[in-house]
Amino acid sequence: MKNNKTKISLREAFGNALVNLAKKRKDFFVLDADVAGGTGTNIFRDKFPDRFIQCGIAEQNMMSAAAGLSTTGIIPIVTCYAVFASMRAVEQARNSIAYPDFNVKIVASHLGLDVGPDGPTHQAVEDISIYRSIPNFKVLSPADPIELEKAFSAILDINGPVYMRSGRSPVPYLYNKSYMFKIGKGDILFKGSDVTIIAVGVMVHRALKAAKFLEKQGISCQVINMSTIKPIDEDLIIKSAKKTQAIVTAEDHNIYGGLGGAVSEVLVKKYPVPVEMVAINDIYAESGEPDDLAKKYCLNDKAIIKSVKKVLKRKNAIKK
Amino acid sequence: MNLKSIKNLQSKVQILRKNILNMIYYAGSGHPGGSLSCIDILTCLYFFEMRVRPKQPDWKNRDRFILSKGHACPALYAVLGEKGFFSKANFKKLRHINAMLQGHPDRLKTPGVDFNSGSLGQGFSFGIGVALGAKITKRKFRVYVVTGCGELDEGQLWEGALFASHNNLDNLMVFIDYNKLQSDDYNKNILNLEPLKDKWIAFGWNVLEINGHNIKEILTVLDRAKSIKDKPTICIAHTIKGKGISFMENKPKWHGSLAPTKTELKIALRDLNEKQ
Repeated sequence: MKNNKTKISLREAFGNALVNLAKKRKDFFVLDADVAGGTGTNIFRDKFPDRFIQCGIAEQNMMSAAAGLSTTGIIPIVTCYAVFASMRAVEQARNSIAYPDFNVKIVASHLGLDVGPDGPTHQAVEDISIYRSIPNFKVLSPADPIELEKAFSAILDINGPVYMRSGRSPVPYLYNKSYMFKIGKGDILFKGSDVTIIAVGVMVHRALKAAKFLEKQGISCQVINMSTIKPIDEDLIIKSAKKTQAIVTAEDHNIYGGLGGAVSEVLVKKYPVPVEMVAINDIYAESGEPDDLAKKYCLNDKAIIKSVKKVLKRKNAIKK
Repeated sequence: MNLKSIKNLQSKVQILRKNILNMIYYAGSGHPGGSLSCIDILTCLYFFEMRVRPKQPDWKNRDRFILSKGHACPALYAVLGEKGFFSKANFKKLRHINAMLQGHPDRLKTPGVDFNSGSLGQGFSFGIGVALGAKITKRKFRVYVVTGCGELDEGQLWEGALFASHNNLDNLMVFIDYNKLQSDDYNKNILNLEPLKDKWIAFGWNVLEINGHNIKEILTVLDRAKSIKDKPTICIAHTIKGKGISFMENKPKWHGSLAPTKTELKIALRDLNEKQ
């Protein structure tokens, strides 16, 4: 169900969520690497300066120090851009946080081509793949401001390392306050019977747009928001595969190791059906506005529509 | 501190050196050189300075110790075993499958270990985080870290150096086990660290310098660091890699990973017996 609020970015939603939750619980502190304006934590910093730890442009120390902080009863929320959270300081996240299994949450903004004009140095297209492969990490990527706040609250309630993605561009609301978020559960946003589109983050909105267009052409798409990528909702993937016999995955991420990989791993083991992947085709993109980049690099609703048609052809070929 | 406690610590160190060598001998691999160079410091911390409870390893108010140069864990295990955190029978199983004592420290497997160090630079930052957390939560314990000198090559460590002084972490004391050798060669041939003292002064730390094998000097700086306000303390401890063993001292080869042969172990233990 939609509500009528205007679009806001998931990073701004994250800043708001921090403030809202900080009023209710005193146990978390926010760590920043001098990018508070970019990650949305400036909203929190201005309201709760005593719970904001400035680490400077020093992400590696920030990760390991967060592990240390967590041993004193504080829940550290490590925040920075995904490219640094998932690459520059990933060995610290692995050895200082994941291997010793400390209660540290990493929340990263600036994901994929949605980063836009800053260009490829700042467009993290590998983070899902990287964090998914580190034991003990859970990986989340909410799709709207309501889900982000609920997901953030949920990760504070569990013990152990989590990598959560926010987002840079404004997105419309998908949910209202009654939405029940559960870690590890995907959400069916649109019911359909011909093909299932499993999407994450900004791609969820594009998948919905594609599904609505295809509906007019008589193609019935089921759209799933897979906001927890690890542990992934195996039951929902298998159930949808059984129902529609064809899957399209959609992510603003490289084609290797991300959502497409995660979904395929489940399907090849449990219920193989044709899969098409909408993702970045293993290249570095360029500067530009997110929508223009999505069009050029085949991440928009049209690219999803194309993949749906392709996967339906494959499905029908099997039937014959 | 009195003469008797210094003598006791000195003889304790010799026992622990033997434990280290035996442990690595049974493991068949490990890092003897750097374990032997930092053992005097660890002994003073665990048998004189730190408030710990071996039967309650996760006691909330314990002083914290992080061996950031995790490869020297035989020294840490020797101390923890001698303190009674676990049975010394585990020494013979170091680095073996299904054993408590891992090739680098693992807090989930070994009682008394607070951090999974081994990836250099990270224990230092972890210790900084613990010290900051203690300040925030208004707890009185102190945090001690031992780093290697080769470890100072890591950029992360200098990020932490800025952060710790910026946050006035006077509850943090770091020892540099300055044995002048790293994995392959002398520091000066790999990446020169000098002038080391000036670097730490420039980074805003309280800097002390000692002979890291002199018990009296170690105890003195431990005491002195406690009176320093608003600055973290770093102690440059001049040490000898492979200290106490004639054929190991200052030999890069004994960085490891390498275990003494049966004959070498015999000579090593004889060296230590002669000094007692």
